[in-house]
Amino acid sequence: MNDDKPDIIDEPAKTEPALDNLGNPYTSPVHSRDGDITRPTHELAVGEGDVRTAERGEGEVIAGTSLWKDAWKRLLKNKLAVFGMIVVAIIVVVCLIGPPIVKAITGYDYAYIPPDATQTKSFPPFTAPDGSFSWTHPMGTDNAGRDILARVMLGGRISLMVGIISTFVSLLIGVSYGAIAGFLGGKVDDVMMRIVDVLYSLPYIIVVVVLLAFFGGHSPLSQLILLFIALGAVSWLTMARIVRGQVISLKNQEFVLAARATGVSTGKIIFRHLVPNTLGPVIVYATLTIPQVMLTESFLSFLGFGVQAPLASWGSLANDGVQNIAIFPWQLIFPGVTMALALFSLNFLGDGLRDALDPQMRKV
Amino acid sequence: MFRFILRRLIITIPMVIIVVSLTWGLVRLAPGNFYTGEKRIPPAIEKNLREKYGLDKPWYVQYARMVKNILMLDFGTSLKYEGQSVNSILARSLPVSATLGLLAYLLALVVGVTAGTIAALKQNSRLDYASMALAMLGISLPNFVLGPILVLIFSLTLFILPPTRWGGFPSVNLILPVITLSALYMAYIARLTRSGMLEVLRADYIRTARAKGLSEKDVVFRHALRGGLMPVVSYTGPALAFLIAGTVVVERIFVYPGLGTYFLNACLNRDEPLIIGIVAFISISVLLFNLLVDIAYGFIDPRIRY
Repeated sequence: MNDDKPDIIDEPAKTEPALDNLGNPYTSPVHSRDGDITRPTHELAVGEGDVRTAERGEGEVIAGTSLWKDAWKRLLKNKLAVFGMIVVAIIVVVCLIGPPIVKAITGYDYAYIPPDATQTKSFPPFTAPDGSFSWTHPMGTDNAGRDILARVMLGGRISLMVGIISTFVSLLIGVSYGAIAGFLGGKVDDVMMRIVDVLYSLPYIIVVVVLLAFFGGHSPLSQLILLFIALGAVSWLTMARIVRGQVISLKNQEFVLAARATGVSTGKIIFRHLVPNTLGPVIVYATLTIPQVMLTESFLSFLGFGVQAPLASWGSLANDGVQNIAIFPWQLIFPGVTMALALFSLNFLGDGLRDALDPQMRKV
Repeated sequence: MFRFILRRLIITIPMVIIVVSLTWGLVRLAPGNFYTGEKRIPPAIEKNLREKYGLDKPWYVQYARMVKNILMLDFGTSLKYEGQSVNSILARSLPVSATLGLLAYLLALVVGVTAGTIAALKQNSRLDYASMALAMLGISLPNFVLGPILVLIFSLTLFILPPTRWGGFPSVNLILPVITLSALYMAYIARLTRSGMLEVLRADYIRTARAKGLSEKDVVFRHALRGGLMPVVSYTGPALAFLIAGTVVVERIFVYPGLGTYFLNACLNRDEPLIIGIVAFISISVLLFNLLVDIAYGFIDPRIRY
């Protein structure tokens, strides 16, 4: 870090006396009731570093590192996070381009049932129908004779899709809710956050099961949409808390005052000026929400309320596999282990991102 | 303190009513009902049955009656299990689920706190990394994968533990389900304990304790743990809500006649009184449990005042 940077003067966060070992303004974390750590004071707003670099004018090249470049460097130093990133990338790529390749090589897709397959013909991995070695089914076949590899890849597509879309839904709700509560403050904030506290302590998953049991099952697509909404609607609470904390710490800064002075409406201040500055923590928490949502989805699918056949998710595949665990263990092991690996890597990636983007926010 | 408890108790009532009304609305708005199953019954009999259960009244009368019954803690009669009150089903299935959940949480506490404390004391050692990687595995391995794999190893390959069935308490049948259910909480508690302890170990009062010459054992057990475990205590509330979801899965894998099994069957059978009864019961217990945790919080950490 360059100590004689002149821009320290106009950066309120940097007037804090103590810097931690990473050169960031040190502010003591405060525990809220559920163990979340929120910071009460200012932090470096996203993109500010770039703006300052630009203001210096041309000719003078300054190696100002932005928040993002810094974070990226820190992320690459974290071996577990890099491992997670690589595994996640491999899984995503395989799930996206795998099915057509498998179809081209072996002729199997996720729904193809060979005409001569019977209940008793679930083949172990690498075995042809006559018992000899074969590359056709590297993960074996399921009860109906469908190729498990193809189904695991389809399951991956759907599980990841549910994870990402539901997280997006939860982002929309959580960010708006938290930003509004944080910015308006006072009584409104009290009431809105009290509602979040209340929702936290409710067994919402039970209500989701009832919702899916009673409204689901019409068509695979409507079931998926129901899942997106149901999962998104129940996983926004922590996001709302995080964004609220961020907005509270940002709303007294000069750029908000400037926006207000120039007559920008409250809604625009919240969504155009404040929300983009909360992006760091939001990305971190979104990365950690994806595996959580995927886990909830698989839980619902495992109970038979989630994704319906012939579509599959890792949860529904595990459900199919559990029925025959004693005879055909590979039907459970392959989808289960793939899923665990994906969640494991996503969690490591999320943890690494959090440590990189926001060293103060190390939580669970 | 007393006023705090009273206020929270009073707030519990509208909250339970909200959850129950939501569930009731979902059940009622969904197409079909208990009588539109695969086994059709003659219209005359259905009419008599509906009269008997009061299902022929307008919806608001039924709703009011439902809310009144919930407030009286009388959840009515099951439609599917004829002649059995929801309360008797709860009384029968609750011990199973409660045993499972309690044992799992105790195991998670013991193992998680131990592992988390050791990891914090030996920060950045191999032991620390190993236990945190293991904890991450516990968080990432869904219980419906872990459970069957344990069954596969210990019951179907080694033949040392029974694979399914409720065998009362205590019995060897409980070992696999309890481990399956507790893995996730163990992992969370280990991580929470580690981060809590790391923070506390740097606090001034720990330095004071060390400076006045207390042994390391006393510093850790008498001073640090008390503060370091606060995040674990506050996690207990939300954990219960998730524990219930976990119990549903574990009961299904190990075929236990617990609350979760009855709840799933009630959903599949559209057994409205049973669904409402179980949802109401779970909501009440989760809310009361959260209140208990908050009260305990005040006792453990004297800095907190209500």
